[in-house]
Amino acid sequence: MESSHIVKSFDEELGQIETLLLEMGGLVETEIAESMEGLVTGDMELCEKVRRDDAKVDALEVRIDELAVRVLALRQPVASDLRTIVCALRISSNLERIGDYSKNIAKRAVLIDGDSKVGSSANTLKRMARMVKTMVGDVLDAFVARDVAMADELRRRDEEVDHMHNTLFRELLTHMMEDPRSITTCMHLLFIAKNLERVGDHVTGIAEQISYLVNGELPDDDRPKSDLVESFAEKPVKAAG
Amino acid sequence: MDMYANNTVAGKIGERAMAEKSNAVKMRGENVNVFYGEKQALFDVNLDILENQVTAMIGPSGCGKSTFLRCLNRMNDTIDVCRVTGKITLDDENIYDPGVDVVELRARVGMVFQKPNPFPKSIRENIAYGPRIHGLTRSKTDLEEIVVTSLQKAGLFEEVKDRLDAPGTGLSGGQQQRLCIARAIAVQPSVILMDEPCSALDPIATAKVEELIDELRENYTIAIVTHSMQQAARVSQRTAMFHLGNLVEIDQTDKIFTNPEDKRTQDYITGRYG
Repeated sequence: MESSHIVKSFDEELGQIETLLLEMGGLVETEIAESMEGLVTGDMELCEKVRRDDAKVDALEVRIDELAVRVLALRQPVASDLRTIVCALRISSNLERIGDYSKNIAKRAVLIDGDSKVGSSANTLKRMARMVKTMVGDVLDAFVARDVAMADELRRRDEEVDHMHNTLFRELLTHMMEDPRSITTCMHLLFIAKNLERVGDHVTGIAEQISYLVNGELPDDDRPKSDLVESFAEKPVKAAG
Repeated sequence: MDMYANNTVAGKIGERAMAEKSNAVKMRGENVNVFYGEKQALFDVNLDILENQVTAMIGPSGCGKSTFLRCLNRMNDTIDVCRVTGKITLDDENIYDPGVDVVELRARVGMVFQKPNPFPKSIRENIAYGPRIHGLTRSKTDLEEIVVTSLQKAGLFEEVKDRLDAPGTGLSGGQQQRLCIARAIAVQPSVILMDEPCSALDPIATAKVEELIDELRENYTIAIVTHSMQQAARVSQRTAMFHLGNLVEIDQTDKIFTNPEDKRTQDYITGRYG
């Protein structure tokens, strides 16, 4: 742990920013869990709560921005202090995006309320949601502990999320081909899966920030990627005529 | 010229970065030890000052940064109990060689002090004095030209051109400091040492001196000691951190202020030094 500043209020301000980030992280974790719960159980009340909670997340991002800008203006932080502030700004915007994805899941849950198709993909989606929720919690733990090894591990764990996304993509594609009436619901579920996959990417983004925070540089290795969806998109489409 | 003319910011920065890469060593300290009587003030300092760059020296009071700066033009010779060992070169010549003319050395390595110290004479005479005693001019017109160009280079000419015969001490603090810089420039040095040049100035005067430092480094090599970390960050290309008489680290200024190697540097610049 770093020694404290001669000016104590500086430490307090940095501590306050960190506390707000953790509060934001906690809210975002709950959002992921509750939006998924709402989707699976059809609890519309819960979906509505997620949308309300997201406003709190947005407000926290604004608070963190204000505090960070204040510290930049008044204290002119350098070295690790500067990196802390820059990371806080980036992490808060990552968390805010994660919140948006959860809110979007809740919105789609309302739209596909009670469709029977949800059932078959629900298990994979639930597992995926559980996984990214844990990752959000873990990446914030890694941030608090300034634990680069843990951050690296999380970057690898995101690969599994990508795999699940690919599996769901294939599964939902099959459903849609079998029964065109299910297309609307399946498209919503596909977007939900994509949302969760994006949450994983934002966790990866935060993990990279931890590396920058501790070592002063972003990890230089390319993170393993396995995005099947992209490979589908890259297939050449023959032009007619 | 090439297609990346100077009008783009990226082009300018790129150009600057390239120019900085090719910088040669102007002054070099090798195993410099300094003693004041029994007390050792500097321990085996090895430090290069690169040509046409600003090298900032930072560190807590008593760390040896001013001592090192004063070694660079043998100002420490004036202190009886002071002893310097090791080697300091200027353009590969050892400035501590017995054959070196110290007066001539101090013309080549000029100095600006913390408190502006103009001579109690006219503005013109403040500038003209050095070139005259160093025999740099042959005629009065030559001398007048040196006065004008020195004041111009120090960014002071426009403010004082109508009152060159007024006393230098009548100028404001910031103007006096720029007058001292003009005086240092007048004897055509290649290196300018600055010991806390802005600590007695207000922010506007400080900004003017900092702007001047940035312009001067095109033609001069500058070493500056400062207690203001922000100033070191603003004006220098390389920063050296001293602590208890040791050189802790020297690196590119942006590296020092974003990701320093040494914990002592980190603690000092972030305000954790106890």
